[in-house]
Amino acid sequence: MRYLIIIVGAVLVNNFVLNRFLGCCPFLGVSKKTETALGMSGAVVFVMTVASAVTWCLDHWLLAPLGLGYIHTLAFILVIASLVQFIDIAMKRFVPPLHAALGIFLPLITTNCAVLGVAELNCKNGTPFIESVLFSFAAALGFGFALVIFSGLREKLAWADPPRCFRGIAVALVTAGLLSLAFMGFNGLVKLPY
Amino acid sequence: MNAILIAICVIAGIGALAALALAIADKYLAVQEDPRIGLATAALPGANCGGCGFAGCADYARALVEGTAAPGACAPGGDAVNAELAKILGVAATATERRVALVKCGGTRSEAIRVGDYNGICDCAAAAATAGGDKGCRFGCLGYGACANVCPKHAIRIEDGLAVVDKRLCIGCGKCVSVCPRKLIELVPASATIHVLCNNPVRGPEVTKVCGVGCIGCHLCEKNAGGKEANHFTFNGFLAKVNYENPPTDAALADKCPRKCIREDAHFETGN
Repeated sequence: MRYLIIIVGAVLVNNFVLNRFLGCCPFLGVSKKTETALGMSGAVVFVMTVASAVTWCLDHWLLAPLGLGYIHTLAFILVIASLVQFIDIAMKRFVPPLHAALGIFLPLITTNCAVLGVAELNCKNGTPFIESVLFSFAAALGFGFALVIFSGLREKLAWADPPRCFRGIAVALVTAGLLSLAFMGFNGLVKLPY
Repeated sequence: MNAILIAICVIAGIGALAALALAIADKYLAVQEDPRIGLATAALPGANCGGCGFAGCADYARALVEGTAAPGACAPGGDAVNAELAKILGVAATATERRVALVKCGGTRSEAIRVGDYNGICDCAAAAATAGGDKGCRFGCLGYGACANVCPKHAIRIEDGLAVVDKRLCIGCGKCVSVCPRKLIELVPASATIHVLCNNPVRGPEVTKVCGVGCIGCHLCEKNAGGKEANHFTFNGFLAKVNYENPPTDAALADKCPRKCIREDAHFETGN
């Protein structure tokens, strides 16, 4: 039950994009088509889950024992960036179809703040390993969920005829705001562990 | 002091470890790629316009090296790029003629009647879906700019309710051809100077009812261009079409057309 609450909490109640406002760059950047949004979501789910597992280990086994909690941001960026590069190389070698599908999005999310954000949150809350991986997975799912919804809206938006000054990114930002308001409605749905 | 040292060592250590891991991965997990793929990608213009039928320049380069595509499909690059590609692949270059988009309609707002007042979404497909569009002619340019919106080079603009291609800017990618709901844009050789600006194949009287410059299929152009044997024009119903395999060059044809639907260099911008 606790795991279920963590998932619902990360996907709906504290959605990374729409409630915590993390990862807004890809949210606006790759949401013009549902197809690319799905590719990006897949890459984010993969990287966030793996990165949170690695950063948890780093934090608990290296930084915490040495009393180096204050430099975890720096260490996390370093590790996440290399990890993404490594995954990129390995994926190209071992699973070329997956690399072809996610390939161009992988380097883009090296410094996605949602990836760093989830590592930071796990670190701050002192979550146990399983829960932090699950939380990251669910948070990435929430990110993908928001991205796919938003890309659907933007595909419809392309047919609309807004005033000239609102065209393009302006009306997209207004839509993102409204979508965020809608997600705020999930507040209080579950009692969150964190 | 000690704390700073530990911090430096830890970060440097993590960095060195990650660098080592990446270096090893790069060495042992590297995928052997044909070096010609990289060369061919570099030789292509990198516009990723999709005119060759592939997802982008890199995709086309890959297909070239794998032998599933032939050089010569890159319209924006033109002869120089195709010759370069042929050199990389070690095959004989095939000359390609630069192709540009031609909007086969001359029905401006003053020439072609509008039967309705369309106030919907400013898009040709939407207009065409609304009771067949507001234009009297069911084959003509609606002028809501679907082609202009999709053009990567901004070579198309809408003038007096009609799409106009700037020949100098057009790269012949063909995006406008596929987006036009009326299917009246065609890629034609850039060297051709005489064009029939009409897409309406129905009988003469019905064309004249809706448009002042519609082709009625009178075959005068064919006669003036040396008869059927000269093979400069083909006919589809009551619509003349320039045979771009063998285009006419006589500028007088435009003046002799009784419907003024034959134009010299069309509503292309000619410029050099």
